[in-house]
Amino acid sequence: MEDIVVFDNVAKYFHTHSGQMLLRDRLFHWMRPAPRFYALRGVSFAIRRGESLAVVGQNGAGKSTLLNIATGLCLPSEGTVEINGRLAALLELGSGFHPDLTGAENIRINAALLGLRRRQTHQRFDQIVEFSELGNFIYEPLRTYSAGMVMRLAFSVAVNVDPDILIIDEVLGVGDQSFFQKCLERILEFRHGGKTLLCVSHALNTLEGLCDRGLWLDHGRVLKAGPVQQVVEEYKRSNGVAQALTSAQTVA
Amino acid sequence: MWRGDSIFLLQNLIMKDFRIRYRNMSLGVLWSLLNPLVMMGVLTFVFTMIFPNPNIRNYPVFVLCGLVPYSFFTIAWISGTTSIVDNSGLVKRVPVPREIVPIASVLSNCVHLVVQIGLLLAAALLFRGGANRYWFWLPLIWVLELIFVCGMALATAAFNVYIRDTRYIVESINTVLFWLVPIFYGLEAIPAKFAEVYQYNPIAALVVCLRDILLKAQAPPAATLEKLTAVSMLTFVVGLVIFQKGKRAFYDHI
Repeated sequence: MEDIVVFDNVAKYFHTHSGQMLLRDRLFHWMRPAPRFYALRGVSFAIRRGESLAVVGQNGAGKSTLLNIATGLCLPSEGTVEINGRLAALLELGSGFHPDLTGAENIRINAALLGLRRRQTHQRFDQIVEFSELGNFIYEPLRTYSAGMVMRLAFSVAVNVDPDILIIDEVLGVGDQSFFQKCLERILEFRHGGKTLLCVSHALNTLEGLCDRGLWLDHGRVLKAGPVQQVVEEYKRSNGVAQALTSAQTVA
Repeated sequence: MWRGDSIFLLQNLIMKDFRIRYRNMSLGVLWSLLNPLVMMGVLTFVFTMIFPNPNIRNYPVFVLCGLVPYSFFTIAWISGTTSIVDNSGLVKRVPVPREIVPIASVLSNCVHLVVQIGLLLAAALLFRGGANRYWFWLPLIWVLELIFVCGMALATAAFNVYIRDTRYIVESINTVLFWLVPIFYGLEAIPAKFAEVYQYNPIAALVVCLRDILLKAQAPPAATLEKLTAVSMLTFVVGLVIFQKGKRAFYDHI
């Protein structure tokens, strides 16, 4: 089996307090470079075709940075990244959605952004609308939709793009139970089709059901990698200890 | 990595811009006509009543030949310049080829342009009477202007990510350009030693070509066309190279 995503000793840093992007700040920082903040450091892993990886960690651990690098949105500062296949990123559902356009118009734009071709978009249009269960609302402007309806629309486009690699960043928490189930089924179906999944979530139980491998990030470094149950188990335990400590301190 | 359909995406982004802009305007496309008509009226008044110039006939059409390319250039360049920062949500979230963003932004102004060219041709027909075979040059020279604006927009869009002052510099250049493009005066009025340099500015060259075609009913001079083509192509290539360099760290700066 071939490796579909390979991270080799990847680091990503940003310059802290680099000010605004104005001429005076730029000149100032050109003369005195700002200190670096490492969002990721020495991260190496490989995902093979058909595998799925869950990334866990606390807020600010570098999970989203890792996904953004995997998607090709930003380049690593150090190390190399290799990706073979078409990605569909659910980093933020509904990228490019506009409230004044109708659901149907937004579907087309979003599909084009996610990499569908003209003919594919026409072919899958009905399928997308059907999956969203929005019925005739699809011809109403997006600003008349509820948050749940927007999420349904966005998710329906994303799962119908049919990518080689699906990247999901904490987007499964919205929507009602039945739609959530439907999405999960769709993702599992996708997994059984031999596609690759890269997933970030704080819903640890969902992750255990969806993924077979886990990666625990802490302050930009890999703390543990291995079978998802083990990683999630240990992550939970460390959180439990941390929680116990805080509550103990509160009591004291 | 992104293996989508660039043309399809470009078309979608342009349509999106167009729909958003005109859905909330009751007069819609008429607004595109208002600005050049008002400017045409004011400049015609100033330069036929206050500073009359007997050498120029059909002053309204004459000045419109200058205004339409100039106003398209300024609007398209500014919107292209700010496009990456304005669409940060897109640039930070979807791995589409970044070049598409400023190009779509420039091209979405073409709706204005088409309406204004329509106005220009209508004015030419009205004042000059009849079309001529040199009108076939028009598509070519307009495409060259588009290529030129795209090149400028690519370069400044990349700069604007790193130095947000870029848009103000662009605005200042546009103000200066109003005087340095032969809009309300003719190329003939420019002293010979400057006239040559003038035509290296593609906007000025376009104005010269338009006047030859629409007012004098003659083919645009080959030397001007050559300069227009060379500078437009070169600008596009340079703009693209700058953009390629700049786009690598867009994510870190917006």
